[in-house]
Amino acid sequence: MLKRIVSLAIIASFSAGAVFAAGAGAKNKTQDWHFEGMFGTYDKAAAQRGFQVYQEVCAACHSLKYVAFYNLGDKGAPFYDPEYPNPNDNPVIKAIAKMFTIIDGPDESGDMFERPGITADKIPNPYANEMAAKASNMGAFPPDLSLITRARADGSNYLYSLLTGYEDPPEGMKLSPGMSYNPYFSGGNQIAMGAPLTEGRVEYTDGTEASVDQMAKDVVEFLTWAADPKMEQRKRTGWVVLIYLFLLALLLYGSYRAVWRDVKH
Amino acid sequence: MSGQSNYNPKTGIEKWLDARLPIIRLGVDTMIFPSPRNLNYWWTFGAILAVMLVSQLITGIILAMHYVPHPDMAFDSVQHINRNINWGWMLQPMHAVGASMMFLAVYIHMFRGIYYGSAKNPREMIWIVGMVIYLLMMATGFMGYVLPWGQMSIWGAIVITNLFSAIPPEAAGTAVTQWLWGGFAVDGPTLNRFFSLHYLLPFLIVGMVILHIWALHIPSNNNPTGISIKTKADTLNFHPYYTVKDAFAIVVFLMIFSYFLFFKPDSMGHPDNFIPANPYSTPAHIVPEWYYLPFYAILRAVPDKLMGVVAMFASIGVLFALPWLDTSKVRSMRYRPLAKQFFFLFVLVCLGLGWAGAKLPSDLVFVTGVDADGHEVGLTFVWMSRILTIYYFAFFLVILPILGLVEKPKPRPASIEASVLGTDKGDN
Ligand code: HEC
Ligand code: HEM
Repeated sequence: MLKRIVSLAIIASFSAGAVFAAGAGAKNKTQDWHFEGMFGTYDKAAAQRGFQVYQEVCAACHSLKYVAFYNLGDKGAPFYDPEYPNPNDNPVIKAIAKMFTIIDGPDESGDMFERPGITADKIPNPYANEMAAKASNMGAFPPDLSLITRARADGSNYLYSLLTGYEDPPEGMKLSPGMSYNPYFSGGNQIAMGAPLTEGRVEYTDGTEASVDQMAKDVVEFLTWAADPKMEQRKRTGWVVLIYLFLLALLLYGSYRAVWRDVKH
Repeated sequence: MSGQSNYNPKTGIEKWLDARLPIIRLGVDTMIFPSPRNLNYWWTFGAILAVMLVSQLITGIILAMHYVPHPDMAFDSVQHINRNINWGWMLQPMHAVGASMMFLAVYIHMFRGIYYGSAKNPREMIWIVGMVIYLLMMATGFMGYVLPWGQMSIWGAIVITNLFSAIPPEAAGTAVTQWLWGGFAVDGPTLNRFFSLHYLLPFLIVGMVILHIWALHIPSNNNPTGISIKTKADTLNFHPYYTVKDAFAIVVFLMIFSYFLFFKPDSMGHPDNFIPANPYSTPAHIVPEWYYLPFYAILRAVPDKLMGVVAMFASIGVLFALPWLDTSKVRSMRYRPLAKQFFFLFVLVCLGLGWAGAKLPSDLVFVTGVDADGHEVGLTFVWMSRILTIYYFAFFLVILPILGLVEKPKPRPASIEASVLGTDKGDN
């Protein structure tokens, strides 16, 4: 009895987290993600395409401030190449960095200047500051995306649902000016971001067809990596630790039986 | 049990040291210590807690080397630890998930104490020191949660520190609140002092744990029968019998810990804490960490703010008096058929309060129908919390005191040895 209640208690306390999951809006569409589960890893090809979507679409409005270019070539990252254990040497990473313009300075005469990116730079913010971002988006702030899939309940499915969830508003509903209808949005069902993805919005370098669904899935794969870049390393270490502890537990249980062999208890 | 020593210094140098600083004697007597021979796995949680405390200290000290207690940099510094510091991706969640695991263990440890009557004579001081530890743990956990400076950090801090403003301003409520904040709102000075105190309190906990174990060594452990040790045949030395049993339990516990740490690191936190703190944007639903939820439910069960705060503190305060509220002469509820049922109900009530604490007070537990406007009606969580709060207090203030006087306990074995060997079923 006691055992049963306590195991119930444990389950209940851990599922308390799930209690918070209920947010505003429609129930998320769920996908089978490559990164889910105890063996889950990132689908590198999808994450690379996802980076392309971020770069060509989202980066116009959203920063990704915790990600430096070299991070894209780290172990477990979308552009990791075992030939270049130091991602700063990776030509793909160098080429990506060069595509971005970085504002640096001040120089000797006190002026800021522009230069092409290098691998050590962080992905630059599209706006000079938060006010500028709001001014360009009718007062709404496009949040930084580096943690977005962990900053929403069931984040990866949420992001996928949001990006593919734009619809015509229901009959009789009047949208505020500049707003779009999206029943999945966490802040109500009117969002200040117009549908960012449209059929063929990017031309994938690997020839994949750029349907809205495909682009949404790919950018989710990429942003999930951005929010949790050490996931593969963490799960791998987790398995080693669990197996080690399991063997240690067996050994200790054996010792326990041996020590207590002659004692009735 | 105290007084005799099992240490015989043999070499000259040991004798020399023992005459001046008997530290080896202290160690030996702590380990070679007669414990009841029938302790079950519920008695391994003290050792589990000790291991977790050390783990929290080590991970915390390393995190503090990289963490920056400033409103503009705290959130970024935690990301920096997770993304760029060697092993930071493991240490930071280890500390955060570890806090949850420690509370899980402490709740089991406390329920164990209530069920087996470990709080009662002659172990009142073990329990009271334990309660001081628990209070310190609550304060430490609360301030730790503020440090990453996410949305739940700041809003949790705002809600909890505002509890003190329930004290009327004439009685210095405002002054106390502003003194806690170090200003006129939860801001940089608050974060900085919380960091300082979050670093300090764990060491007070260590000191209290030493007192806790010292107090334990006077009467020795209680045991599942609740019967006192009578002869040497009732006991086994702590080492090696319980060191090996504890070690096994610790490793099993660490496996559960590792599962959450490596595979579900976010499951015990709140997604809003991945949004940087913003004092101008209130989250839709502010909730504390899971281990405070029952008390949060009690707080919100009372309509009046000040009385709610009083009820919440009373719900913890009443635990201090437990050794005297449980009036039964029989320690273990194994032999108390009625108390046992009320106890299990109490455990369920605590879980129910935790559930209610995670919900909005106006949410419905179940729906009984619809009102004239078509809105669903039924039992709200605030009403559920009220009912459960009444049971919570009644358990300590009414049920335990009265039950001890009226309940007829079942016969108990003559001794621990007899219960183990099954030789004697006499009562005493
Ligand atoms: C034209 C600018 C613009 C582009 C391009 C854009 N967004 Fe947004 N985004 C916004 C604005 C503005 C908001 C704030 C909306 C609001 O608060 O109503 C926003 C909000 C969001 C949110 C937050 C939703 C929430 O739950 O709070 C996510 C996630 C998001 N965008 C993802 C993306 C992704 C992924 C892309 C690229 C495929 C993208 N955005 C492209 C302007 C943009
Ligand atoms: C950091 C937190 C704590 C640590 C490290 C700790 C450690 C221990 C240890 C090692 C024991 C002996 C082994 C055992 O019975 O499990 C013990 C016993 C005990 N603890 Fe704790 N404890 C902690 C918190 C608490 C709290 C919060 C309470 C209750 C309010 C408490 C109440 C007791 C009691 C009553 C006993 C005696 C049990 C018995 O002999 O049956 N402890 N503790």
